[in-house]
Amino acid sequence: MTTTSPQSFFASPAVRIGISISIATGLYGISFGALSSASGLDFWQTMALSLLLFSGGSQFAFIGVVAGGGSGVAAMSASALLGIRNGVYGMQLNALLRPSGWRRLASAHITIDESTATATGQSDPAEQRRGFWVAGLGIFVLWNVFTAVGALLGDALGDPKQWGLDGAAVAAFLGLLWPRIKAVQPAAIAVVCAVATLLVVPLVPPGVPILVAAVVAGLIGWFRRGHEGEGMEPDVEPYEHDAELHHGAHRAAAGGHPGTGSAGTDPGGRAVGHPEDRSGRQTAGPSDAETREKP
Amino acid sequence: MNLWPWILLACVLAYATKLLGYLVPAKLMDNPRMSRVAGTLTIGLLASLTIVNAMGSGNAVVLDARLGALVAAAIALALRAPFLVVVIVGAAAAAGLRLLGWG
Repeated sequence: MTTTSPQSFFASPAVRIGISISIATGLYGISFGALSSASGLDFWQTMALSLLLFSGGSQFAFIGVVAGGGSGVAAMSASALLGIRNGVYGMQLNALLRPSGWRRLASAHITIDESTATATGQSDPAEQRRGFWVAGLGIFVLWNVFTAVGALLGDALGDPKQWGLDGAAVAAFLGLLWPRIKAVQPAAIAVVCAVATLLVVPLVPPGVPILVAAVVAGLIGWFRRGHEGEGMEPDVEPYEHDAELHHGAHRAAAGGHPGTGSAGTDPGGRAVGHPEDRSGRQTAGPSDAETREKP
Repeated sequence: MNLWPWILLACVLAYATKLLGYLVPAKLMDNPRMSRVAGTLTIGLLASLTIVNAMGSGNAVVLDARLGALVAAAIALALRAPFLVVVIVGAAAAAGLRLLGWG
């Protein structure tokens, strides 16, 4: 960390946002743990996903395919495809934070929706760095602790159906999808992919319909025009209190989410962001806005 | 079925994808098609996983208590409930409908 005293560290808005996003995101590790054990993974298999794979959507995808009777290779494929966006985040964070040596290897592991959104939501390079590390490491620790709690809880519950855990999995996937389909076009893409999935369910082995939907989505993504940031929203929005304003602003700017898009950096790697985004963020509270406005 | 090899392979691929982002030349970032495909893939996969978990049963499409969970979760999300509450609402809806004898 680049801070000098604990006082200045905790006074940083990026640190405070990083801590609150860590708690909010870490807590729902409990649902992953419980659903993973309900889908038939044992305790250490569940923990391996949270410790080593560490990307909520991909982890849920893996157990979702397994729960539906899909093969290991289908589960692995769905998980890997859902993780592609993390590679895009890696490019942005590399330009923004320029980590080197072991820091780069560690940065890669904690590159997820929420750490990226926390970092790119700040404009001061030191704040971006603090936000990334605090959110990334904080979520990593809490996500794993609560995964363990959930896995033990899931094992203790017995029959998953009696407790509605299959319904909980449905709700979890819809909860992950929801923040990404606020606009008409992403919602339409979701409907098309859902319909494509149902059409092929009777025709191919379990798990494969999800990969068919991935192909459909990939083709739509390749040929469509639209906001490049769509689909890259974090599951838990770090700047929630001004999320609405911010979303409005980013549509107006025709750019991406702060978590995405090439407009986020200048050649020097410093964040420039969208001016509209910045103005939307001023409502975030006096201290936040103040820090973010520093050139 | 032994899942371990697939779990470990998924972990390796996830980390490799993340690290690759840090290693590719910055020029690639100027291509908006990359993020558009990644974003659309995310939406499509999550939509597919949602519907398969709600209505899929092997090679059949069925209507059971899980559909009730889907509707209940959508209502909770529309009311801006936090993620964990949405998950609990989904579980309660499915369990409740089964108690009533459906699905």
